[in-house]
Amino acid sequence: MSIAALPAPRAGVLRGLSDFLLRRPGAYLALLLVPPLLWLGIIYLGSLFALLTNSFFSVDEFSGTIDYTLTLSSYGQLFQLANLDIVIRTVLMAAAVTLASAALAFPVAYYAARYAKGRMKAVFYLAVMMPLWSSYLVKVYAWKLILAKEGIVSWIADTLGVTVVLDGVLALPVVGGPSLSTSYIGTFLVFTYVWLPYMILPLQASLERVPGNLVEASEDLGAHPAQTFRHVILPLALPGMIAGSIFTFSLTLGDYIIPQIVGGSNLFIGQAVLIQQGTAGNIPLAAAFTVVPVAIMGLYLWGAKRTGAFDAL
Amino acid sequence: MRSDRASRPLKLAALGGLLFLHVPLLFVFLYAFTTEEKSYQFPPPGLTLKWFGVAFGRQDIWDAIGLSLRVAALATTVALVLGTLIAAALARRQFFGREAVSLLVILPIALPGIVTGIALRAAFNLMEIDYGLLTIILGHATFCIVVVYNNAVARFRRLSGSLVEASMDLGADGFQTFRYVILPNIATALLAGGMLAFALSFDEVIVTTFTAGQQSTLPIWMLSELVRPRQRPVTNVVAVFVILVTFLPILAAYYLTRDESGHK
Repeated sequence: MSIAALPAPRAGVLRGLSDFLLRRPGAYLALLLVPPLLWLGIIYLGSLFALLTNSFFSVDEFSGTIDYTLTLSSYGQLFQLANLDIVIRTVLMAAAVTLASAALAFPVAYYAARYAKGRMKAVFYLAVMMPLWSSYLVKVYAWKLILAKEGIVSWIADTLGVTVVLDGVLALPVVGGPSLSTSYIGTFLVFTYVWLPYMILPLQASLERVPGNLVEASEDLGAHPAQTFRHVILPLALPGMIAGSIFTFSLTLGDYIIPQIVGGSNLFIGQAVLIQQGTAGNIPLAAAFTVVPVAIMGLYLWGAKRTGAFDAL
Repeated sequence: MRSDRASRPLKLAALGGLLFLHVPLLFVFLYAFTTEEKSYQFPPPGLTLKWFGVAFGRQDIWDAIGLSLRVAALATTVALVLGTLIAAALARRQFFGREAVSLLVILPIALPGIVTGIALRAAFNLMEIDYGLLTIILGHATFCIVVVYNNAVARFRRLSGSLVEASMDLGADGFQTFRYVILPNIATALLAGGMLAFALSFDEVIVTTFTAGQQSTLPIWMLSELVRPRQRPVTNVVAVFVILVTFLPILAAYYLTRDESGHK
């Protein structure tokens, strides 16, 4: 900025202060950053640090009180079969949800990026944004209505005369259950539904950047549409897909409400954290459990960064 | 020119995706009118308007709405101030630790909500702060900052530096420049960010479970109804209300920032 053009120091405290800040960009920057950094640094990082510290304590088995000597015993407990089971179940669910979201999101994102113009484009954008921002609990609730034993899916199956198929699906080992709303299929459907918009938006952003003439060139050179998709569009859209998968994966790993409302009786990581810190009163184990999704996401983000996914966020 | 027209399977798949996103919410509306109280029977045996009256007369619902509105208003205010400050600092400058600051802003929504929730709870326990309005707001403001930041930083980047310089050259001091040049330019972005932050706070349940004491925000009230349903259609009426209340700020935020590229 052209400081030389300013007149010599002017009267007034405010003027003096603003002139001082203009001459010292460093002080100006510090003034801007100090309040938010105090907030985030103390409240947020402080809390995360408190949590991390807790995970190195342990609970006395007899008195149930917290023993403040540093130990890795809570992390050791994570590797007990029952707890390892929870971690694996959650990661598999997150992976399945991510793949399903990507498959469902692609046509919507591709159509919106390549064919929707003008008003249509705005309609598509809003049609994705509205469900993304509308209430999480209402969305989960909607699926409880749909999947309930006496609910919509059963009625449709009954009307079409395919109740046998529905019963067959529910009779499947592991993923089945007494009804859709108490099976893993239900949990999976709700997760996919709730996180789908988080996949569509970054995917669409990366598809917008695929140059149309590359697709035309590929077609002119005689590529079958499937070949064009496989060798031109997909590699270029991959960073957007990975950016979306960061959301779908992370959100699934940390959620405890969806599996509690729609799903079987086996726990997911989020529920395990809730039980350990609540009824079980084992805060160190709860803290150790929360480190699992953070560590997994850390690895995931590190991998994603190498593919350039962050430019698509 | 076949590549200018979408193929039929693509159209159908895209339409299917959008229907998948929207049809479930329509059922929430339908069930608000059902006469069946004890189950989620489909199709509803009859339709009635009485649940709107019942919900209107329930004091616990009004209390929850009141608390949610207070929390959202205060958390949004804090987030607006802090988010704008960070955006102003990060928009055009390069400095040591810039990446770390932007990571710190995003962290509260990048990490799973349960991590933020239990971390705050551990800290409140440690400092012996009682759970209540204050703790809920502390949590909400923390993850609302990023929403305001996202909107504000995009606008700051579009704001031409020469405008600020012209104002200074014409003799305005920093505060006058902020008041008459910068603020009018970023106002709509702040309004949009504020509305999104408000919607985010109004709807938040995962962190709130950990930071609320005995009080119920509206989402906490809904969660308890989902786990242990009492009058199911009343829950539906509240759900319809929530859909409508969040619909408006989001639509408004969209229109305020629609010519910006790369909005979220």
